[in-house]
Order: sequence, then structure tokens, then C-alpha cells
Amino acid sequence: MEIGVAAYRKNDLNLKATELRLGLPGTDDHEMEEQTSVRNNNNKRPSPDTGDDCGVKNKSEAAGCEEVTPVAKAQIVGWPPIRSYRKNSLQQKKTETEGTGIYVKVSMDGAPYLRKIDLKLYNGYAELLKALENMFKFTIGQYSEREGYKGSEFAPTYEDKDGDWMLVGDVPWEMFMSSCKRLRIMKRSEARGLGCGV
Amino acid sequence: MESTRSLSFPDKVRERVFAHLTSPEDRSSVSLVCKSWYDAERLSRTRVSIRNCYSVSPEILVRRFPNIRGVSLKGKPRFSDFNLVPSDWGADVHAWLVAFADRCPLLEELSLKRMAVSDESLEFLAFSFPNFKVLSLLSCDGFTTDGLEAIATFCKNLTELDIQENGVEDRSGSWLSCFPERFTSLEVLNFSNLTSEVDFDALERLVSRCKSLKVLKVNRSVSLEQLQKLLVLAPQLVELGTGSFSLEFSAHQFAELESAFNNCKNIQSLSGLLDATVRYLPAIYPACANLTFLNLSYAAMQSDELDNLLMHCPHLQRLWVLDTVGDKGLEAVGSNCPLLEELRVFPADPFDEEIIQGVTEEGFLAVSFGCPRLHYVLYFCQQMTNAAVATIVQNCPDFTHFRLCIMNPGQPDYLTNEPMDEAFGAVVKTCTKLQRLSVSGLLTDLAFEYIGKHAKNLEVLSVAFAGSSDWGMQCVLEGCPKLSKLEIRDCPFGDAALLSGLEKYESMRSLWMSACNVTVDGCRLLATKMPRLNVEVIKDDESDDSQADKVYVYRTVAGPRRDSPPSVLAL
Repeated sequence: MEIGVAAYRKNDLNLKATELRLGLPGTDDHEMEEQTSVRNNNNKRPSPDTGDDCGVKNKSEAAGCEEVTPVAKAQIVGWPPIRSYRKNSLQQKKTETEGTGIYVKVSMDGAPYLRKIDLKLYNGYAELLKALENMFKFTIGQYSEREGYKGSEFAPTYEDKDGDWMLVGDVPWEMFMSSCKRLRIMKRSEARGLGCGV
Repeated sequence: MESTRSLSFPDKVRERVFAHLTSPEDRSSVSLVCKSWYDAERLSRTRVSIRNCYSVSPEILVRRFPNIRGVSLKGKPRFSDFNLVPSDWGADVHAWLVAFADRCPLLEELSLKRMAVSDESLEFLAFSFPNFKVLSLLSCDGFTTDGLEAIATFCKNLTELDIQENGVEDRSGSWLSCFPERFTSLEVLNFSNLTSEVDFDALERLVSRCKSLKVLKVNRSVSLEQLQKLLVLAPQLVELGTGSFSLEFSAHQFAELESAFNNCKNIQSLSGLLDATVRYLPAIYPACANLTFLNLSYAAMQSDELDNLLMHCPHLQRLWVLDTVGDKGLEAVGSNCPLLEELRVFPADPFDEEIIQGVTEEGFLAVSFGCPRLHYVLYFCQQMTNAAVATIVQNCPDFTHFRLCIMNPGQPDYLTNEPMDEAFGAVVKTCTKLQRLSVSGLLTDLAFEYIGKHAKNLEVLSVAFAGSSDWGMQCVLEGCPKLSKLEIRDCPFGDAALLSGLEKYESMRSLWMSACNVTVDGCRLLATKMPRLNVEVIKDDESDDSQADKVYVYRTVAGPRRDSPPSVLAL
């Protein structure tokens, strides 16, 4: 297993190098970027059945993504330049509000950043899908139980409590809300054979 | 031919005339004419602003201006807001208070920014100035709510208590109950900074008896229901800061709240709205007709909530929001606020690296198309392009303050992958009135060449993670004729760059450089050559002794300061 080289700030121990993990062959750590320079990342395509996250930082890389265990980027002191008072208010608010909503991360193949949404804000699949379309600026096709999402190159999928990747819309909304752990807008070619009417 | 004869003009008359001079620039000019004008000016001066508390000593100040009634003092370098300055660095207000108590006991107003203020100082203030009226503390630290108790208890003529964004230790809300029952003079009360619960009955009685109250900004502990009661008591408010804006409200309670807002015909500024939920926000719509300033920077709003709200705010001039509104929300700003002059977009979640939400160049563009009067912007974003900025400044050429923060350090134009030099080039070439500029993204020396060459009115420049060599900083120091404050962090500028500003620093207020390539020897050389500058090196614990991790250079007539802590090396 290849171990990615991470650029840590001095004083950090390179624990990643000695970490024991269960990972599929061919996956490796996302290289951590330097703070002050932009590098081209060595991105590898994920294997279809691992349900990997996208955590690519460099937006100009359009290619696929690697598996990411969220590597904590060494935080730069005093950056971004927000007053301590405001920073503390935000942290406080974050811990407060996250109690009440159902927050899931949403990634999209090819997009460099994850987003976070509160499922409680939506009244059903229609609203959710519309929001996703707006967020990532793409169109979701027509859903049918047999064929999944037709008419678009993307399909919305989610990881459920059991770790399985399912097509969004296959189960009743309430069940979805309680079992959805994260969302991924996958390329349709990769979504074939996912969780629906087998 | 008449013989020339100097007019013997009674000094007192001259003083009376000069008493009408309000602008500090005018007063400065007048004081330079001749000795008698200098004296008349200084004796008639009632307000003074010291933008760097170490540029002059308290003794010099009170000797020159014995009749001052209002003083504003700024202390620590601005980067102390971002934890880059040790907490014991200095800027203690106490020596100033002692000098004022001795020579200017009629002092009425004190505005402090980034000063160290202790409870003892607040108590001393409360006891020393019987006429004291206005206390404003912004971004200060070192005091607790005990100090506020002294102010509330003993300042019988207080009209203004404004506590904003300070590092204050909030021990309890009991300070508010210390205002005596006979005390009625309050016009401004802002305690949104504090978190402890205040005695609502005491607050209610206070608001009720202070008929001249114009500004009320409460803290989170004041609920919507309580707010409604306060609004009924003070419909004359001009500026309102709400506390927590969420509650399980019945329809009747909502109607009451709406009615209370409806009666507040004079509100021009609205802030707070913490945890504002969509359901209750419409209650404020009736009060928004005359709104000129809306501060939503602590309310995580979505784009459609913002759109609905802004439809009711046609006269909005200043808007502060969180980036949760997204580009779509900023489009709503562009459509609803044609009179907008100032926009600040703060990041809601700046430290979670995986989650990138927020605004892009699209939002900024949308605002620039809809708001031609825009001249002040503070924009935190994830991505930007040179082309977008060029269009933005074409739409809004009157920028006086352009503060752009692309949050990933050293990030290029995300479409072309080029440096952001042309963006800031466009800003300085087009916006001839530019006074303040903060740059970000990947920048080479070219950006600084542009700045030095074109930014003729620039007074304040902030730079981070930018530049290629000493040449960049040199361009700025040799250009920019009105440069007053230069703050730099994490740039490849070294001693040559530092020393190229030798001639310049006395005409500037200050220079800050941290995590650059400056050495202690370079600083020492600067200090030797320019005795009227204070050159301070702040050492980081771990680094090499020859490196000057943080340098702060400022002009002063007070000589080297005597209160530097051990971490500060005064050269």
C-alpha cells in the first residue's frame, strides 16, 4: 500500500506513515497540499464499489478523486483574518445548531469541494433534488424505479446506515432521512446496479 | 503705502473662533501658522484622536491639550485581532487615565480600540471623571463585567455604554442592575458582546426610564418575548440589536411582535437576529422601511430568506451577511438594494476544510451590476478570477475600501490558473479614490508594481502570502504617496525591502511585518538610522535568534517605550 507523503508543519508527528488501516488495495492517502503553493495532485480514480469521498483541494483538477480520510490541514494562525470574537461566536453556534438538524455531507464526482446540507430543511425528494441541482449546477434526470435516473449524466446516491450505497429515491422519504449518512452525486455510469430493484 | 503692522488680535477671540473648527486636518494646519495660533488651537481643542497610543505620551498630550473633553485611543497593531500579537504586548490605558485625571478631569468621552483595559482602570475612570458621559470599548481585552459594574454604579451622567467585540471575561449579568433607579440619561446601550443573562426586570425599568434611548443592542440572553416588551417601551429607537430571534411563538405572540416592530418608525440600523428562523423574520419587515444598515453577520441566512427580507429594505446602504446566503443571496442583494454602498460577506464555516460553501466571484459580480454606488467591500470567498474583478471595478469605479480575501492562501485565478495580479491591477487603475486595499490569492511582484504605480490615494494596505521578492514591497514603499499603514504577513520580503522604506516610515503611521525574511540585524540598522521610529521585534519562542519573526515599526515623539514585555525587543 502506497503511503502518501503529507507536508506537516514542524512539530507534528507523521503518524500517518505508521498507521494501520483497513483499506482496499490501490487506495492511498490524499496528498496534503502546501499552504503557500498550488500543486497538481496525483489523483486516482476510485474503484466503483468503495464509495469514496472527494476531497480534492485544487479545483482546476477535473479528474476523479481519491479516497480521503479527512487529513486535518495544519491550521494557519490568524487565517482567514477573522476577529477572535467572531470566530468564537461561530464555533459556539456550530456546536449548538448541529444538535437540531440532520447534517450530511454531499460530494459530487469532479467537484473539488464537499458541501453540507441539513436534510430537515426539505419536505421530500423533489425539494432535495432541486436544492442539489442548484448547489452543484447540474440537472438530475427523471427517476424511475426500474431504470434509475434517466436523462442526465449524474445520479444522486447515498450511503446508508449499513454502509451500502443506494440510489436516492428508492426508499420512502422518512426512511431515507433516518438512514442517510452521506450523499454522493455519482457519474451515472458508475451508479448502475446500485441498490435498486435487483 | 500703509505700513505693515501685525494685528494684535485678542487671544481669547482667536480661541473662540477656533472653537468652531472641527476637522482635525484644519486644526493641524492652523496650529502650524505661528505660535499664537498654535496656542489658540490647542486651548480650544476638545477632541483628539490618537491612532497609535505609543506615538505620543499621555504627558505630552495633556500638556498640549488641557481642555479636551473627548479622546479616542487605538493601541495594538491590527493583527492582534488575529492572535498574532502576544497578549502582554502593551497598550494599557491606565497611564492615560492617570494623566487625564490629573490635568483633564472634565473628560467626558473615551473611545478605546485594541487597548488593554483592566477592571481597576474602569473603576479609576468611574471615580475620576464626574462628568463622564461616553464609554466605547472595541476589540479591547483585560476587563471583566466587574469593571462594568463600577461604570454603571458611579457614572451618574453616562449617556453611552458601547461594549463591542472585546475579550471580556463575562462573570455575570449583574452589572446591568447597578444602574441607579434615578439614572435616566442613557442614550446608547450596547452589550451584545456579553453572554451572561441580565436581570430582565432591571433592563426593562432602565429602558422605560431612559426616554432618550436611541441605540439598544442586547445580548443573546434576551428572548424574543422580552424584546417585544422592550420595543413597546422604546419605539423611538434608531438602532436596534436583537438577542436570540427564535422561540416557539403562538400566532398571537407573533402578531404582538410584529405590531411592536410596526411602531418603531425610526429604526435605521438592525443587528443581532441570532438564530433567526424563517417563521419569525417577517415580524421585522414593518420596521425596515427606513433601514440603512442591516447586520446579519451573526444570523446564518439562506438565499431566499435574504431575498424576502431585502424586498422590504429599499433604502439599504450597508449590509453585512454570512456567506450562507450564497451567490444566489447576493443576486438578491443586487436586485433589491440599488442604493447599497457597503457590503461585507463573512465566512460562516471558515475552518472546516472539507466543507466549502459560501460565495464565489458570481455573487460579487451580481452585486456590482445591481449596486453602482458600492464603494466599501469586505469579501471572503473560495474562488475568484481576474476577469470578474476587472468587471466588478468597471461597474463600481468608486471603491474607497476594497478588501478581498480569497481564503485559500496563494490561490490563483481558478479558471486560468494565473496569478491574481491583473485583478488588483484593475482595482488600482480604475478606482482612483481607493484608500484601503487588502489583497489575497497568488500574487507576484507585478501586483505590487501596479499598486505602487497607480494607488495614489492608498492609505492602508494589507498583504498576506503574496509577492515574489523584495522588489514587490519596494514598489509600494517608493510609490503610494499617501501610504499610512502597511501590514504584511507571510511574504518573501527581507531586509532590503524593509530598509528601502527608510525615508518613508516617518510619514507613515506604522509598518507590520510577520513571518517574512527580515532579520534582527536589519531591524537594528533601521532603528539606528531612524531614531524617531520605534522598531520592535516580537520573538516567537522556537525560532532562530537572528530572525525577526514579527516586526512593528512606528513613528513616535515619545521615544522608546518603557513598558515592553520580555517577548518584545525594542531596538
